[in-house]
Formats: sequence, structure tokens, C-alpha cells
Amino acid sequence: MAPTTKTADGSGLTEMSWDPITRIVGSLGIHTKIDFKQKRVAECYSTSSVFRGYSVFMRGKDPRDAHFITSRICGICGDNHATCSVYAQNMAYGVKPPHLGEWIINLGEAAEFMFDHNIFQENLVGVDYCEKMVRETNPGVLDLAERTEAPHAAEHGYRTIADIMRSLNPLEGEFYREALQVSRYTREMFCLMEGRHVHPSTLYAGGVGTVASVQLFTDYLSRLMRYVEFMKRVVPLHDDLFDFFYEALPGYEEVGRRRVLLGCWGALNDPDHCDFTYRNMTDWGRRMFVTPGIVVDGELVTNDLTEINLGIRILLGSSYYDDWAGQEQFVTHDPLGNPVDPRHPWNQHTIPAPQKRNFEDKYSWVMSPRWFDGTEHLALDTGGGPLARLWSTALSGLVDCGYVKSTGHSVVINLPRSLTKPETSFEWKIPRWSNALERNRARTYFQAYTAALALHFAEKALDEVRAGRTQTWEKFEVPDESIGCGFTEAVRGVLSHHMVIRDGKIANYHPYPPTPWNASVRDSYGTPGPYEDAVQNTPIFEENAPENFKGIDIMRAVRSFDPCLPCGVHMYVGGGRTVQETHLPTGLSGLAG
Amino acid sequence: MDAAPSAPNGSTAPPSAGTEEEAPIHILWINAGLSCDGDSVSLTAATQPSIEQIALQGLPGLPKIAVHWPLIDFECGPVQGADTFIEWFFKAERGEIEPFVLVIEGSIPNEAIKSEGYWCGFGDDPETGQPITTSEWIDRLAPKALAVVAIGTCATYGGIHAMEGNPTGAMGVPDYLGWDWKSGAGIPIVCVPGCPIQPDNFAETLTYLLHQAAGSAPMIPLDDKLRPTWLFGATVHEGCDRGGYYEQGEFATTYDSPKCLVKLGCWGPVVHCNVAKRGWMDGIGGCPNVGGICIACTMPGFPDKFMPFMDPPPGGIVSSTASGLYGGVIRRLRAITRKTVDKEPRWRHTGTELTTGYRAPW
Repeated sequence: MAPTTKTADGSGLTEMSWDPITRIVGSLGIHTKIDFKQKRVAECYSTSSVFRGYSVFMRGKDPRDAHFITSRICGICGDNHATCSVYAQNMAYGVKPPHLGEWIINLGEAAEFMFDHNIFQENLVGVDYCEKMVRETNPGVLDLAERTEAPHAAEHGYRTIADIMRSLNPLEGEFYREALQVSRYTREMFCLMEGRHVHPSTLYAGGVGTVASVQLFTDYLSRLMRYVEFMKRVVPLHDDLFDFFYEALPGYEEVGRRRVLLGCWGALNDPDHCDFTYRNMTDWGRRMFVTPGIVVDGELVTNDLTEINLGIRILLGSSYYDDWAGQEQFVTHDPLGNPVDPRHPWNQHTIPAPQKRNFEDKYSWVMSPRWFDGTEHLALDTGGGPLARLWSTALSGLVDCGYVKSTGHSVVINLPRSLTKPETSFEWKIPRWSNALERNRARTYFQAYTAALALHFAEKALDEVRAGRTQTWEKFEVPDESIGCGFTEAVRGVLSHHMVIRDGKIANYHPYPPTPWNASVRDSYGTPGPYEDAVQNTPIFEENAPENFKGIDIMRAVRSFDPCLPCGVHMYVGGGRTVQETHLPTGLSGLAG
Repeated sequence: MDAAPSAPNGSTAPPSAGTEEEAPIHILWINAGLSCDGDSVSLTAATQPSIEQIALQGLPGLPKIAVHWPLIDFECGPVQGADTFIEWFFKAERGEIEPFVLVIEGSIPNEAIKSEGYWCGFGDDPETGQPITTSEWIDRLAPKALAVVAIGTCATYGGIHAMEGNPTGAMGVPDYLGWDWKSGAGIPIVCVPGCPIQPDNFAETLTYLLHQAAGSAPMIPLDDKLRPTWLFGATVHEGCDRGGYYEQGEFATTYDSPKCLVKLGCWGPVVHCNVAKRGWMDGIGGCPNVGGICIACTMPGFPDKFMPFMDPPPGGIVSSTASGLYGGVIRRLRAITRKTVDKEPRWRHTGTELTTGYRAPW
């Protein structure tokens, strides 16, 4: 069957859509117009087709329930929500957990990163680069891969690039199956610390219910060192695979590329500094083991969490919601006296307005979060999470715990000797592009980064246990009136929770995970969201004709962001138009089908 | 993931499978209820059996299957184009793939309560360009399915998204199709609750159904809430290793205590779930057994009947007060016995004299 429809506007563009997209989390659709003559995607619309309404049904509930409920937002990184909610509650209740409780949460969250990036990279994204897929989309590239020796064969054991690709074939590939097993023992590590995956059972405001013992940390460390050994093979393996694509397909750096507009909200607190007060948030934010930051065109704009917080704006424009202008403002000033914008999550009202999908008007359940730098509403992305985290951490030069060190221009990861491999160091250097391949590469390096950090956390935790300080939870009272905010990094990037308590109940609660940023849609200023923007820049390298076109380059661009949403993406492509022109808000009318 | 025919020789069927190419049982997975995909993700953690074992017929007696599962599916072509994932669902509707098992993840919103638009959709209608709602897919496919399986508490009973005050009117699959609904093959809706599902619980249920489809197992035994009886027959408390503290009247007053959590919000005594007994993964993790109060995430009344989660269940106050009284007596008696059994018998000693009771023949 012919897959494509020519658009009726005489533009020569072909409409194509992918909905739902597989091998991501949630239902996402991408609708495009493709210019097959120019081999470019001219237009892209990302759409989400599922609405659940957390902010609506959480109103009036007990604030202590918030982390149990919000965990259910996401089935692969729900624990990030639970953690972020616990952070927001700690602030609202004025409670500081025992150090050991914080180390346990860090160990749990580190395991989440290790698990999630691993399963996504090898079992979901990896398939885009497997032998079967490359054979079906770029047979010429596979031929070259068969003839290309892997530079790091000695480290990972695969002689050629094609051998790596074969090992990634779904189910039959050896490395594919090994990675599934790795995703299991890393989840066991997680469960040791947080009870169960993905919705934790032992997390509470004030700390954790996990019983801290020598056994707990021994069980964790034994598995962690297996992972450390695994990473010594995986980092060079992925370097070989991704470097090969630059070599095999000159110009491939343009796939999924967009301007460097990265956000990172920081992750993994240092209990020696973090007291969860808003007043000190700037300071303890800078002590996080992943440094918060906003990076624009390669420059660090800020690493101040307070400033980051106050700059968040939620815009509408193409989403199925009524605006809340004129509605009650819950928080006019933050605890430091700074004014809080009516479009800030603390003041948001979620008013669903289901309606027909129309790519010229409203077409998604996702809103348009932006970061206001004083002049512009920046459509930040997270680079799938790891790219922004490493970039921000590298530029700030604040992290140094031996196992990892930020240099100001790179991040050095030191992995100790393991069962069969010697001590190994990796250095992640700031890449030249924010594109699909670098998002994927960063994902691998960040796995090594969290494994190294986990070694530090485990040592700190064992020190506490050996010193007899085994308390992991601290009592608290829920105040009648309070506000709180939580900042962390979910696996896929920036995560914030904003809560308002009145009469001891939740008066307002708005979680902002990374995917609303990445999968956001054209806002009221006409600025497209990151997927839309990145896909619109994507050239087509696939060898297939339109009749049996798979759109692999588009899928690689989208999946590099690690989409995680019950949502859908649709894309449109326009003939003879330059990419710059399609960025103009007026450029949307007349093309959308 | 299209597991069936992908080996280089074109088949993964074992050589002994016979001369005829065995037609696979298709598994069509709709993850686009009001869902978080947590049940899909959780299933990848299963090891008893694992998804590889199920997909590649790694257990005796399993039929060949072809899985159409958004989370890890190979296929990702454009709509109506090459290798389109959603096309399998249209094929099933047209009766071109038989038999198939329909798996639903996420709760089903009420699409009738608004004038237009959709709460949740899965793929697009080629006629209108609008999303096909998940409930419409159920209307289209359920009558043709060999079995309908609801995975997770959302799909089974509504779950967290069906909480009081929700805007979508969400419900479980049995609420939508009817609790007495049966497939053409006479199989009731199979419900595997849990938020998310315990990995092996679902893998095991799916394995059972595949064995049943292959003719080697009788009708899957379900209780009146359509749960597999062998997994959900007992309560959390019956399998909780902190039950001993309960009996002795020892209750935690802080969440990091190793004692029974019932006074801090644990609903285990009245919740049908095997996690405390089984562990979360390969025996590791859990809920009250490792310090996490049971919030009853497997139950039809979840979450509203258990909130606020961190308050003690009202029924628990009465019974824990009672156990506090007799538990104190039991504990004192046990303390005496324990002191006795903590000592070795007196004949274990050095010296020239044997005092074990043995009489030497010399």
C-alpha cells in the first residue's frame, strides 16, 4: 500500500505520520511533511493523545499522599516523581531527613539511571542501529560496517561494527539479551533501596523506611561492581558505533540537531549541605552531584536553582486547555520575597478542553513549558537528560568526589578495578552539536557517571552504618499553610514539582517532567517544541524510496530525546522551504494538513 | 517485537514442532488507556519466566507467538506505509490474524461525557485523521479476541486515574465491557492487578493463558474480581515476614523501624496481594516486608478507600490494640524460652570428663 499522501497545496510535500511511535514510553505521534526531492523534513508536529489530569484530581487530597500518587505519572521513571515530591514535601513541612536516608535515596535514584538508560539505549534505541534495521534502511551502510573494524574491539569483544549491530538485533542479539539482564539486576539494586520498581514503597517525606544494614549495602555493591565492569565494555562499544555513523554518512551530525538550548535541574543531593529550605536552595543546589544549569549556545546562563525556578513559564497555544488568565494566583512571592509570575507552575490552573485535533490550531494534550531569560521564552530541551546533565555539570566545574570530577570543559569518570578489568577512566567532552548521536552517546557516559557516583554514595552510607547512625527517617508535621518545590533530574531530564498547601490539604500541585518540555508544541508565540524543531532540521539519509520509506532518521531523531509520554507525534514536510523559514510562526499556516 | 519469524532461517519454531508452519498466536497490546506504561516496563523485569523465554518458546508447551507490543516493538514505519505497527490492529479488526489475545494497559476514560475530542487515543482513523479512541478499539477488537487481559490496577479496576475528582470518568475494562463479559472462547476478562503488576505475576498469567490456548491447561481459575486465584488468594499480611511482630504486639512508631507498620498506614491485613511473600524481583524488594506501607495498589477500592495512605487503617486500630494486649504476654513468655534456647546444653565443654550421657564401654 502506498504510504504517503501528496499534500493538496501544490507544495510537492508528502505527508507522513508515525502514530503511535513504538519503542518509547507512552503513546506519541509525529506528523510531518517531507520533501523527498530535497531529502528533508519540512514540518513536524508532535502530538500526545492521552490526558489523565493529575493536577485536577490531586486537589483537596492529603499532601502526604503526593509522592505515592505522582509516582504513577510515569511507568519507567515514577520513582523520580516520588523523589521529587518528597523533596517538595520536605520543603513544605520543614523537615530534613537523616543523612543516611538521603544516601539511600541517592543510591536508589542512581540505580534508576543505570537501569533506565541501559534498557532504553540497548533495547529501545539500540534497535534503530541494529543490523536488521540498518539492512532495511541503509544496506550500503551495513556493507561498510561489515568491512569496518571496531577501534575498541579489545575492550568490548566485537570485531567489526556490523558485529556490534548484529548483537543489537531484537531478542536474538547477544548484547540485546545481556542488556535485558542488566536492566533486571539494576532494578534489584533499586528495589534494595526503594522497595519496588517503578513505584517505590519505602519513600516518605522525612526519609525512607528502608532498614539500613551492612547486608543492604553489600547486596547493592556486589551488583554495582558487575555494572561497573559492564560499563567498561559499553562506553567504548557505543563510541565505536556512533562514531561510525558520522564516518559512514557524512552530514549525519544534522540528524536531530537543534540549537544548544539545554536545561538541567540538578540531581542527587549532598546531605552535608542540603537542608531543603527555599532560602538556601541556591547554595545546596550547587552542591548537587549533578549540577543544575541552563546552557544556551554552549554558554552557562545560570546554575542558580532559585533563578531557574522563577524563570519557569507554562505557555499554551496549541494545547487542549483553557487558559487560566484571571484565575486566582496562589503564590505571588517566593519565600525570599521575589515576585512569582502568574504563568509559573505554582500559579497554574489545569482546565482541560477536549476538542478535535487540528494542526493549524490545537493538536496536543502537552502544554508548552518555556524558560524566560528576561527577554525570550526559551524552548529548552533536555537532550534526553544525559546530554544536558553532563553539559551543565562540565561547565560549572563544581563536582569533585574522586570517582567523578568536573573540569569546566569535561567530566572525568574514574571506575575502579573490577573482577576482570583494570581501573578505567572515561572523559566526556562537550560535543560540537546537540544532535541525535550526541544525545545517545551522552546516555552511555551518564550511565558510567552514575555508577561511579553510586560507589561514593555507598561508601558514605556504610560510614553512617558503621558509626551506628542507622536512623533513616525523621518525624514531621503537615502545616496548615505552606508551599514547596522539588527539583531533580528525572532520567529524561528536568523534573520539578510545585505544591501549595491550604487548610492542610493540597490546594495546587503541578509536576513538570522532562517530556512536557521536549514534546511541547507550538506556543502562543509560535515557537515549536524541541521534537518539532529537531525533526524539522532533520535531513533524510534513508536509502528507501517513499513507497517503502520507514523514516528511520526521523525515528532516530525523536528517540534520541528518550520520549516518555502518553502522547503521539505527527510530522509534515515542505518543498523548497529552508529550515529557517519553517521556524517562523506564520510559516505554519497553509501547510498543515 | 514481532518475535515469531525473525531468525535468519525464517522461523524460531523448534525443529520438533512438526512439518506444518505453526500459525502464531498474536498478542495485541494497547498501552494507550489512561496509563503510565509501568506494567509494560515491569514485565521486562520478569524472570519467571522472562519475556525472552515467552517470545522464543523457551518453556515446554508454549505455542508460537507474535507480540505487537509498543514498548519494544521492532516495527516503526509510517502510518499506512512499510512496517507500520498499528496495521496489526486493523488486521485483527478485519479478522486477518487469528487467534489473538488483547492486552489492555491503563484505565478506560468515559468518552461520552464531552462534546468532542478524545481523552485517549491509539492510532489514527484514516477517514477522519482523528485519533481512534481506546474505547473504540476495545469495541472493535474485544468481540474477536481469544481472550481479553487487563494488566495493572488501572485497566482492571480504574486505579489511580479513576480517583475521586478525576475529570475523565475513568474505569476498568470489566466496568466498560461488563463483569460477566466472556470472549468467543468462553474466557472471562483476565485481571492482573498491581500498580504496577508484580513482574512474575503477569508473566506467569500470560504463560498460563498460552498453555491454555495450546490445549494443555484447563480454564484459568479466577476469583469473583477476575484475579488468578493462585496469585491473589492470600493477603499481604499472610505472607508478610513482619507478621510475627504483629502477633507479639510490636508496632513501629517510625517508618524506619523493622517492626510491623500497621499503625503507620499499612493495609496489608486486608489486601489481596502476594508481594510480601514473593518479593518484587527474584525475591528482592517488596512493600511492608522491607519498610514500605501497603497502600493496597492491587485492590478495586484503590486508591480512594485507602487515603490518606500514611494514616492507620481504622480497622487496624482495633485489632492492633488487641494484639498489643495479648502480644505483651506472648512476648514475655517467648523471652523466657528464648533465653533458655540461646544457651548451649551443659555437656559441651572441654576437660577430661564426658557428660553427654554416653556410657563408655571401657
